[in-house]
Amino acid sequence: MQRKLLMGVEAIGQAAVDAGISGVYAYPGTPSTEITEYIQHNKLAIERNIHREWSANEKTALEAALGMSYAGKRSLACMKHVGLNVAADVFMNMAITGINGGLVVVVADDPSQHSSQNEQDSRFYGKFAMIPVFEPSNQQEAYDMTYEAFEFSEKTGLPVMLRIPTRLAHSRAGVVSRPVQNENPLHLPSNPMQFMLLPAYGRKYYQNLLDKQNWLIRLSEESSYNDYFEGKDKSLGIVCCGIAYNYLMENYPEDNCPYPVVKISQYPIPEKLLHKLEKECDELLVAEEGYPLVEEQLTDFFGKGTRVWGRLNGALPRKGELNPDHLAKALGKELKEPLKMPETLAGRPPSLCAGCGHQDSYEALNEVIADAGNGRVFADIGCYTLGALPPYSTINTCVDMGASITMAKGAADAGLVPVFAVIGDSTFTHSGITGLLDCVVEKTNINILIVDNETVAMTGGQDSSAKGRIEKICEGVGVDPEHIRLFVPLKKNHIEIVQIIREEMAFNGVSVIIGRRECVQRIAKTKKMNKAIKQV
Amino acid sequence: MKTDIILSGVGGQGILSIAASLGAAALNENYYLKQAETHGMSQRGGAVVSHLRIADHPIYSDLIPISNADLILSVEPMESLRYLPYLSPEGSLVTNTAEFVNIPDYPDLEETFTELAKNINIIRIDADRIAKETGNPKASNMVMLGAASPFIAIHDEIIIKGIETIFKAKGEKIVEMNIEAFKAGREFTLSKS
Ligand SMILES: Cc1ncc(C[n+]2csc(CCOP(=O)(O)OP(=O)(O)O)c2C)c(N)n1
Ligand code: SF4
Repeated sequence: MQRKLLMGVEAIGQAAVDAGISGVYAYPGTPSTEITEYIQHNKLAIERNIHREWSANEKTALEAALGMSYAGKRSLACMKHVGLNVAADVFMNMAITGINGGLVVVVADDPSQHSSQNEQDSRFYGKFAMIPVFEPSNQQEAYDMTYEAFEFSEKTGLPVMLRIPTRLAHSRAGVVSRPVQNENPLHLPSNPMQFMLLPAYGRKYYQNLLDKQNWLIRLSEESSYNDYFEGKDKSLGIVCCGIAYNYLMENYPEDNCPYPVVKISQYPIPEKLLHKLEKECDELLVAEEGYPLVEEQLTDFFGKGTRVWGRLNGALPRKGELNPDHLAKALGKELKEPLKMPETLAGRPPSLCAGCGHQDSYEALNEVIADAGNGRVFADIGCYTLGALPPYSTINTCVDMGASITMAKGAADAGLVPVFAVIGDSTFTHSGITGLLDCVVEKTNINILIVDNETVAMTGGQDSSAKGRIEKICEGVGVDPEHIRLFVPLKKNHIEIVQIIREEMAFNGVSVIIGRRECVQRIAKTKKMNKAIKQV
Repeated sequence: MKTDIILSGVGGQGILSIAASLGAAALNENYYLKQAETHGMSQRGGAVVSHLRIADHPIYSDLIPISNADLILSVEPMESLRYLPYLSPEGSLVTNTAEFVNIPDYPDLEETFTELAKNINIIRIDADRIAKETGNPKASNMVMLGAASPFIAIHDEIIIKGIETIFKAKGEKIVEMNIEAFKAGREFTLSKS
């Protein structure tokens, strides 16, 4: 069988195409971005011309995926963990409506926060919504479980969440594919009111969802991805979720773990397997990547006061990614004293690229703030968030996408004058427009700097929905065209930029100042792609 | 057989071409491979690391356990030291000597390397200069791969096939130049031991 070297995210993209999806809907976000990028460049996806454009945000993406499912086709939605916060409304409600064509939501978590604001665990959302959650432990399972998830979704009538952490998303291994399936034909839901959540319907559908729960538990118990491995030493039973299983087995290179083990890759938790483990073993250790979800669940589960070890009582670290060494320690293995990192080493934090326009915007803004006073620049998420670090130290906040404008508005409402919001072009169309509307309606005294590099740079230079539309959007929302100002972030324009910001700061109302120059990495990427196309 | 490699450098230095060559080599030979990379935030001029594991049996963890790496292969000297806790005391450290200075407090590392060399096998190579000498200044990463190759449990001919596989699309000349660079790096290390 031909093995292909694929990252976890690529394996998911390949499996979704092979399973006959008619569309992928996504907004970029590390570590989920490459699923969609993989499909965008996949030969079969191009031949079938399945939907593969970026959406404006995760909510629009998931809603569109649901619409495609309504029409009977299989659809995939992808996002990073915090993206699911944005899409949470549709996510919770589509558990109630159920699906028509198979629908899979891939959510990529980022424990240890390699590139995220937090390390929230998406499995909680899956449990909250009471839908099946798949958590593959390796690249092949990522492929196989994605491939099967669409059929599983259609069988249960529910959306399936597939949850992966950074380590699986961005790690490669050999993966074997399965036969390509046809796309579903267009077919409307047999119940024309299936997607109608008027309370009278909603109550009924919620009951349907509750009624399915025991079946889902049974399916988990029967799943080939959940497993019970016998072990001779019954002093301890081990529960491993997703990739935590690998970290356990890494400690037993001969596959000779002495303890009984339950591996969980499909939720709701396989209750029978866990009861069996509890019955056979004195104590339990739960290893899971993320928050202690299963550990919390099991602590009171058996009603016998069985001791459960894990992240909550220090057997494993309370936060952050797991690794084989954490498991070794929890199992009482002797570790060699490792070599030490020399103390002379300096840190090497990420920084803005040489020639990046964000630098010029911050140089100018800093000059204005020197007079206006510190602590008044509400920023957002993107490459420009690096403006929080020296040498700029310009911005004061970064919370969630779009919060720059709205937090600045709240501070202005509180009486802080002047206030600045700094937001990227993609973040603006993701979640900035509604906040701007609030400002326009209330004539807030606010200065909004849109740092427009014409791409989604932070995640690798994807197309931005904002491109060529920002001024029109602002005008349409109701910003006075006289206070929509444009500059080119270049060193030679420094004096002019400072002047523009000063003028708008003096205006008591909504000002939008747009600094537009394409990201230098995106320019390089486009050149490289054009060259590659020429070679073909 | 297994080789666990920590690949390190600075975002933008292209350590992934090294990983890709070894990946292609491993796949050609039907070896098992796992390779965890850094994407996202840390790529903007920050420290980057990749865990690369090759074996003739299935591999569980995507991450190399502490004190288990057979090799640290770094395209930047300071970055070669950041992951020392991963290196097995019997392992080797192979690093480019060309410093990538994009921070204000870059330390002097001479003494640190001299001290370390008393206990572990260290190869320091000016890969940028050797790449230039072979007429392909862009191929310093392949010089590094060559310099590290004596410590990797894959035959050098097979690694060369891996290099062919990943550079094939760019034309024969590029393939040749990268193989030349690989050989020059390998020669350097073999002449030291
Ligand atoms: C809800 C949510 N979705 C996605 C992300 C990932 N993410 C971080 S910044 C960013 C986009 C930044 O684009 P832009 O605002 O244009 O700024 P740039 O990076 O181009 O400077 C994305 C997608 C996130 N942090 N939160
Ligand atoms: S990727 Fe683009 S936007 Fe981001 S720092 Fe580099 S030049 Fe600036």
